[in-house]
Amino acid sequence: MPELLKATDLFCERDERILFSNLSFAVDQGEILHIQGGNGAGKTTLLRRLVGLSWVVDGKVTWHAPVSDGDSPDGDSPDGDSLDGNSFWYLAHRPAVTLMQTPLENLAFALALHNQVLSPEALWQALATVGLRGYEDVPAHSLSAGQQRRVSLARLYLELPAVRLWLLDEPFTALDVNGVAQLEQRIERFAEQGGTVIMTSHHGLRHTAVRHLLIGAPL
Amino acid sequence: MIAVLRTTLAREMTLAFRRRADLLNPLFFFVVVVSLFPIGVTLDLTKLALMAPGILWVSALLSSLLSLDLMFRNDFDDGTLEQMLLAAVPPQLLVLCKIISHWLVTGLPLTLLSPVLSLMLALPAKAVPVLMLSLLLGTLSLSLIGSVGAALTVGLRKGGLLLTILIMPILVPVLIFGTSTVQAMATDQPWQGYLALLGAFTAGAFALTPWLTVAALNVTVGD
Repeated sequence: MPELLKATDLFCERDERILFSNLSFAVDQGEILHIQGGNGAGKTTLLRRLVGLSWVVDGKVTWHAPVSDGDSPDGDSPDGDSLDGNSFWYLAHRPAVTLMQTPLENLAFALALHNQVLSPEALWQALATVGLRGYEDVPAHSLSAGQQRRVSLARLYLELPAVRLWLLDEPFTALDVNGVAQLEQRIERFAEQGGTVIMTSHHGLRHTAVRHLLIGAPL
Repeated sequence: MIAVLRTTLAREMTLAFRRRADLLNPLFFFVVVVSLFPIGVTLDLTKLALMAPGILWVSALLSSLLSLDLMFRNDFDDGTLEQMLLAAVPPQLLVLCKIISHWLVTGLPLTLLSPVLSLMLALPAKAVPVLMLSLLLGTLSLSLIGSVGAALTVGLRKGGLLLTILIMPILVPVLIFGTSTVQAMATDQPWQGYLALLGAFTAGAFALTPWLTVAALNVTVGD
């Protein structure tokens, strides 16, 4: 599979502590990269740098334009240090769930920000898949922490062929056992279909193709 | 693209409606401050009429400062703001949507309320349309310029005071042109020039502030 991302010589210093230095790695399309490290090791910071939100990390990050199955990789595909907004989901540490809005409104707005349109049925279906059937029109502030996390995860169950990359920051937080298993399956299926996943988690993902990247002190 | 803007505006308006207590606060402040002036200063109608444009404008400015801190606060806290910066549409447009909806729920009601309050201050009736026009333009530029300050301070836990100090100097021209417009109208002098300057200031702010605000948000969120 062609290379999607190349990071060279990343360096991060916070509060006069060096979180990581000389960190280089590459991610191929269809790969699952599992970033591991203790609390405060800089996993979230690294992910935010990859997505282009953080400026506290020095170094070079190059994103290659994703190649779909039909195309052959041509030399003049645009490379850049920022992502195309169309092609990825970034599930951040802060789940981007507006508490004063219903799960349905939250999902529709997340979709609108990606300039995509889906039928209302598709949104209801995605919410039902993450176990929020019956909660579609309940304000998110009256949901439990795990259910709020599921609202944000519902994005991953929308059928959007344009989205070929997921960046997930601790996606298993607050999920119950079934939710964890379901999300693991979803991640595996996405990778089998050629999607790329870069995730941070303390939870070990049991998948053969997963690649680990350890930052900070060994666990 | 248009669909995104419509969705964003609709989202902002529903959120404003659901958090209406936050937004009634500045309006209430405006009413209370203006109605305290006749009681506290003088009951002499000629003196009040002379001061009316200044009182109305200063109160309007202070009350819109009250609501500025909320412009990005909730979206920053729940992570929606970073998703907006990563969106497939230019974040400047999304920010402009937020500014306009902020104005629709603070500046516009304040403008609509001002004729009632100008009665209390014995402002000549002929000056009321001009007062409303100047407030309409002025509150829009307060929301526009305020968004830059709000974007810069949203990452701080207690940014309220800093926000006021940061943007107050830039808001002074709005205050000057606004008060002068109404004052000139009330005293039968040519007022069109002041209003034109206020309009120019607002137009300039409209063109520039979305870019400045997004730049400020990138700094705040990227830390």
